[in-house]
Amino acid sequence: MADEIRTSKISAIGGLARSFNSALFSDIYSTLIGFLSGTRSFYIILSLGVLTVFVASISGLDAMRIGYRHAYNITREIPWGIIISTYIFFVVTSTGLCIVSSIGHVFGIKDFMPIVNRAVFLAVVTIFAGFSVIFFDIENPFRMAIYNALSPNLRSNLWWMGTLYGAYMFFMAIEFILLLLKNHRFATYAGLAGLISGVAAHSNLGAIFGMLHSREFWYGPYMPIYFIASAVMSGGAAIIFFTWIGYKVNNEKMDAPMERAIEVVSKLTAFMIAVILFFTAWKVVTGLVGSPPKREVIKAMLVGPYAANFWGFEIIIGMILPFAILLGTGFRNVNMSFLASVLMIIGIFFMRYDLVVEGQIVPVFHELGVNEYRGLLHYLPSLHEIMIITGGMGIVASAFLIGERVFNGHKSEGH
Amino acid sequence: MRLDLDGLKKDPPESIPAIERRQFLKMGLVVTGVFAGGTVLSLISNIQRVFASPEEFKEKYPYTPHYSMVIRQNRCIDCERCLEACRRTNHVPPYGYRTAILERTIPDAIGQKREFIPVLCMQCNNPPCVRACPTRASYKHRGNGIIMIDSKKCVGCKACMVACPYNARYFNEEKRAIDKCNFCFDTRLSKGERLTACAAACPTGARTFGDLSDPSSDVYRMVHQIERPVWVLRAEVGTRPNVFYMKA
Repeated sequence: MADEIRTSKISAIGGLARSFNSALFSDIYSTLIGFLSGTRSFYIILSLGVLTVFVASISGLDAMRIGYRHAYNITREIPWGIIISTYIFFVVTSTGLCIVSSIGHVFGIKDFMPIVNRAVFLAVVTIFAGFSVIFFDIENPFRMAIYNALSPNLRSNLWWMGTLYGAYMFFMAIEFILLLLKNHRFATYAGLAGLISGVAAHSNLGAIFGMLHSREFWYGPYMPIYFIASAVMSGGAAIIFFTWIGYKVNNEKMDAPMERAIEVVSKLTAFMIAVILFFTAWKVVTGLVGSPPKREVIKAMLVGPYAANFWGFEIIIGMILPFAILLGTGFRNVNMSFLASVLMIIGIFFMRYDLVVEGQIVPVFHELGVNEYRGLLHYLPSLHEIMIITGGMGIVASAFLIGERVFNGHKSEGH
Repeated sequence: MRLDLDGLKKDPPESIPAIERRQFLKMGLVVTGVFAGGTVLSLISNIQRVFASPEEFKEKYPYTPHYSMVIRQNRCIDCERCLEACRRTNHVPPYGYRTAILERTIPDAIGQKREFIPVLCMQCNNPPCVRACPTRASYKHRGNGIIMIDSKKCVGCKACMVACPYNARYFNEEKRAIDKCNFCFDTRLSKGERLTACAAACPTGARTFGDLSDPSSDVYRMVHQIERPVWVLRAEVGTRPNVFYMKA
């Protein structure tokens, strides 16, 4: 009996290894073919992406050399700037991609299946881009690797976030490999593990802000909940955006299941826009009667220096217009859904930026009435910071394009 | 014993000793302050929450010594000798500071219109920075309650800077770590000195440093009285600071 189990185990492992080998070879083969058959514009865009990553790396290393205090516009009062907000932008997107893809892959809703492979691949890519960006914000990233393990602070949301996102990236990568190997049973388990760690990590990211009781604008249970809800919205937008471009890159026409998948993702995305609009409305209304520092932020958001970001980018471009487009086209027009997703991604980028910066613009001693901290604080990103975050986008763009070629339009789902 | 209330004669006000009258008036002022001003109320009651009732004070201090500083705000003249002493003692670079003096101007005040508020790390009993730190590089010293930095563990994520309600932290490039006031623990206290550099340098006695768990210390006597209001900064955050403010 025991021998039988052992033999079956061995043969299973052998089978896995064989399928891995054949998949590996076919991958390398298709990579070669894919690259050779690429069009000129594909290579131009890819080169641009790689070039951005290169320039960003130089900027990042230069910032390291001269010191972040000199290279970035962050200050003692506003220590978190656009690099942190872009990190959040990427990991929100990644978590969203994971959640939306899990609807198909983990929970078995057929309509979502066609988007799964691309979404899982991009989830890995975007979390990697997030880590790459934040690498240049953390002063001693190598110490983090050591002391995260040797000296963990279990009460720190930041520790949980970092550790869980590490696990998340691992599970998502495993899931993607298993999807390529068409090992769907284990891929589902890996997807479930990725989903659980991703949601836990992401709500911890929200809790980093939500549990800072000295920052009234962030403090409270709102942040973790908002982060998860807006992740689904971002994930939906990212899936529509990348799937549409993917088909353009491969010069193919979407088949019926894929069009159906885009339609259901569009519906989900529109629903999530409504949820976030609802959240935002109550955040503003409750903030208006909150403590004085919170009211200051809300004022800055509604009529102050951040009003253009809030009304223009967050509300109109990020939510109202896409919602109107999606609803107006009945979710069936793929091109219009793509347009909505572009607007959303732009708006969401500003949502993250505003969320991070606005939480810090009211000085901690504002209410003390001292001359030093009467007004609001200011922050605008420096060139180094902008270059680094552009590099993060370059990573996503390049990896996405290469992925389309290498994995042949992510069609191994076999629909 | 029965009191013959009817037989008591009314004392004329002049016969009450002046000292008794003054104390009674002071008590009235404090009580009025406590109930009238919401801010004063929250500040006073916060200290009571931290340290329980006066009889239990000593037992309730979690550290021995429980280092503390009392800032007599009205005594600060902004001479900045404390800042200089701090820089020199703790090798604070020009781009950072461990302690600062804030200035408040109240143009419509009668008489004096300006006051100075020295600030530093409040060495909170409930420190948001320590909770935020992912690697326990920021920690509360088990012996004396000072918030310390283990520089080699600091990853420089700056979460503690964002978490601190008192802007007490900055990134020190030479140490490659966050730096903050530690009551001169490494530079003075651990070498047998009894005062922090800033307290020792202050010519007006605006900064009093000492052990709050020692009833004979000055800080103990200043905090454990009800004649003059004692408050902490940003009591509403609930950090339970160990730096107290008063005017005396």
